[in-house]
Amino acid sequence: MSKITSLADLKKKREELKSGLDIRVKAIDPESVVQVKVAMATCGIASGAKTVMEFFLEQLERRNIPAVVTQTGCMGYCYAEPTIEVKLPGEEPVVFGFVDLKRADQIIEKYIKTGELVDGIIPVNYQSIDFKE
Amino acid sequence: MSKYSMHLLVCGGTGCHASESDAIVCNLRDELEAKGLVDSVQVILTGCFGFCEKGPIVKVMPDNTFYVQVKPEDAQEIVDEHVIKGRKVTRLLYKDPVSKESISDSKHMGFFKKQLRIVLRNCGFINPENIDEYIARDGYQALGKVLSEMSPEEVIKVIKDSGQRGRGGGGFSTGLKWELARKSVSDEKYVVCNADEGDPGAFMDRSVLEGDPHSVLEAMAICGYSIGASSGLIYIRAEYPLAIERLKIAINQAREYGLLGNSIFGTGFNFDITLRYGAGAFVCGEETALIHSMEGLRGEPTVKPPFPAESGYRNKPTNVNNVETFAAIPAIILKGSKWFSSIGTEKSKGTKVFALAGKINNVGLIEVPMGTTLREVIFEIGGGIRGGKKFKGVQTGGPSGGCLTEKHLDTPIDFDNLIAAGSMMGSGAMIVLDEDDCMVSMAKFFLEFTVEESCGKCAPCRIGNKRLHELLGQITEGKGTLEDLDRLKNMSLVIKDTSLCGLGQTSPNPVLSMLENFREEYVAHVTSKKCPAGQCKSLMEYVINAENCVGCTACARVCPVNAITGERKEAHLINAATCIKCGACMEKCKFDAIFIR
Ligand SMILES: Cc1cc2nc3c(=O)[nH]c(=O)nc-3n(C[C@H](O)[C@H](O)[C@H](O)COP(=O)(O)O)c2cc1C
Ligand code: SF4
Ligand code: SF4
Ligand code: SF4
Ligand code: FES
Ligand code: FES
Repeated sequence: MSKITSLADLKKKREELKSGLDIRVKAIDPESVVQVKVAMATCGIASGAKTVMEFFLEQLERRNIPAVVTQTGCMGYCYAEPTIEVKLPGEEPVVFGFVDLKRADQIIEKYIKTGELVDGIIPVNYQSIDFKE
Repeated sequence: MSKYSMHLLVCGGTGCHASESDAIVCNLRDELEAKGLVDSVQVILTGCFGFCEKGPIVKVMPDNTFYVQVKPEDAQEIVDEHVIKGRKVTRLLYKDPVSKESISDSKHMGFFKKQLRIVLRNCGFINPENIDEYIARDGYQALGKVLSEMSPEEVIKVIKDSGQRGRGGGGFSTGLKWELARKSVSDEKYVVCNADEGDPGAFMDRSVLEGDPHSVLEAMAICGYSIGASSGLIYIRAEYPLAIERLKIAINQAREYGLLGNSIFGTGFNFDITLRYGAGAFVCGEETALIHSMEGLRGEPTVKPPFPAESGYRNKPTNVNNVETFAAIPAIILKGSKWFSSIGTEKSKGTKVFALAGKINNVGLIEVPMGTTLREVIFEIGGGIRGGKKFKGVQTGGPSGGCLTEKHLDTPIDFDNLIAAGSMMGSGAMIVLDEDDCMVSMAKFFLEFTVEESCGKCAPCRIGNKRLHELLGQITEGKGTLEDLDRLKNMSLVIKDTSLCGLGQTSPNPVLSMLENFREEYVAHVTSKKCPAGQCKSLMEYVINAENCVGCTACARVCPVNAITGERKEAHLINAATCIKCGACMEKCKFDAIFIR
């Protein structure tokens, strides 16, 4: 990694990264692929998030679905762990709770493949701040 | 492949489920079937919308129509009107309680605006193990701005003007604290992040460190620049292995980019951060004890002054802040003090993260603007009381806070209002209690924690809390008197007044607030020897209702102490003197004849 030596440098870097959060890894536009985020805080891991994440990594590849699977912190729905967020290209993200391997399979087969929603959605009930300098 | 043009989201959360959301789903599906629409409109059962008070909820996508208090028989109208003719069913829309206007679009409902994430802005959003994602979300821009465009005094002014108060419990002005540390003259100063989080029920600091570690690193560097320090220390309990792991990764990545280390952004400012591990004693979260613990001494508090800002770690000026306090700093720098101080109440600015626990539907982590009411937090965001039980109280501020009741529900939550109500903000743990919780047992439970965690240095805390705990124990066993209630109160006041550190000074708070707010329950325990919540084992009595009892003898056969007598086919009787209250008989009786009095 090269050092960031000035604020201008950092801003440039941010612009590069913003345009494609995962371009480095996948060399494709993340907006064009399915993005799966698995909540991996202590509570998530305790209730099996690791297994779910491995399942997504393995199955999405096996089923030939271009996707980025990442981990993230606590989404705040500790009562519904394991929790994942799925963002299909051009759609609003959807959060699913209580994701065991069976539900994970349904999510891939129905929601990811055909856009058909499945039970277990957790309505998002917050907003985050947006940064504008 | 089916591609639906419309989705009907029906809440399947605990609350709505109890009020027939299953039947709503069935009826909707039947209606759609009858109209030949099953291929274009899909019905989905979701998790709780957090709006259980107005449940069952049906939300129509893609137009975000939000129907409340839907009954199974409304299904037909929803399908006929909304789905087929595209007209909203006005009578089912949510009405704004103030303007009385119907709101058709959930994005305009107050409820969905209630949470606002500043501290948690990146939690659940980015990969905490990848610094690039943090940078893509404006990470380290605030540090860059501070180092290249602002003087330390200007930074301190922004923080002061923002009105931010420390989230570690005390609520001291962050900007003022930084200013004091800046004014101390020394060759060396330290920035310390307090990540001890010993409060049972609290996990917001852990979540921030696990979900967004860079926000804390960035803020510590900003603080270092402002007060003139080049070393940062994070004191974190060893029981948080995942947070530690993520912090290590984050520190290494920041170093590789030159965002920590020497001459950051080429400005000549040096700052680096190391981790210190705590053994997990509650008192080590107190700042003087924490500093001693970092120096390798026993984690015992000492008298202030001197305050750490004058003489802290290694007798050098030290600025101690909480994780949540730090995590908000980059946002304040980037968006300005006016923005931050526009959120919250007059004297408590910004947002607060709460960990909701206890008898509540949505256990979890939330962030709301200061001034949100307890009712909004518990019933709207928290989804109300589990299992349709009645709300009894909410313990805020952890074991050192107090228990608030029904009459406090509309209090806007902020530092000062909570203190005025006899509780406190503390770290933000909220434990919700329902009708089944006994207030004597709860006070005893919190005291147990204090007794265990007292460092033992001073007598009022070491001995006084032990005595308090014993007295509460006696009351739960039916051995208390009315005078004991006065004794509880007096002892509490003395402990508060004479303890050396915050632990002892706040430990009797649950007792005092519960005595104040639930006095009748305490009185019931000591005068009529009854536990109204039916929790205190010693005060329970198993009785047989002769009307229901058919004399099957099943109970008598399982009773381990032969406390039950009676002839076959005749009503049985429990001898209260021998009964050991094991409950075996009640489980066995098929005729609901045995109950607890
Ligand atoms: C017994 C006791 C335990 C404490 N535990 C913590 C803790 O776990 N985390 C924390 O940040 N502050 C804790 N504090 C408060 C700290 O002493 C200190 O006020 C705080 O870290 C300052 O940070 P702030 O200004 O950002 O709130 C505790 C205080 C007492 C008396
Ligand atoms: S009040 Fe309790 S914890 Fe604090 S110094 Fe005294 S004995 Fe130790
Ligand atoms: S089990 Fe119930 S019905 Fe049977 S004898 Fe006992 S109390 Fe009466
Ligand atoms: S509670 Fe236990 S001890 Fe008492 S009467 Fe029933 S079975 Fe016997
Ligand atoms: S259970 Fe339906 S909104 Fe909470
Ligand atoms: S002390 Fe527990 S129910 Fe009364």
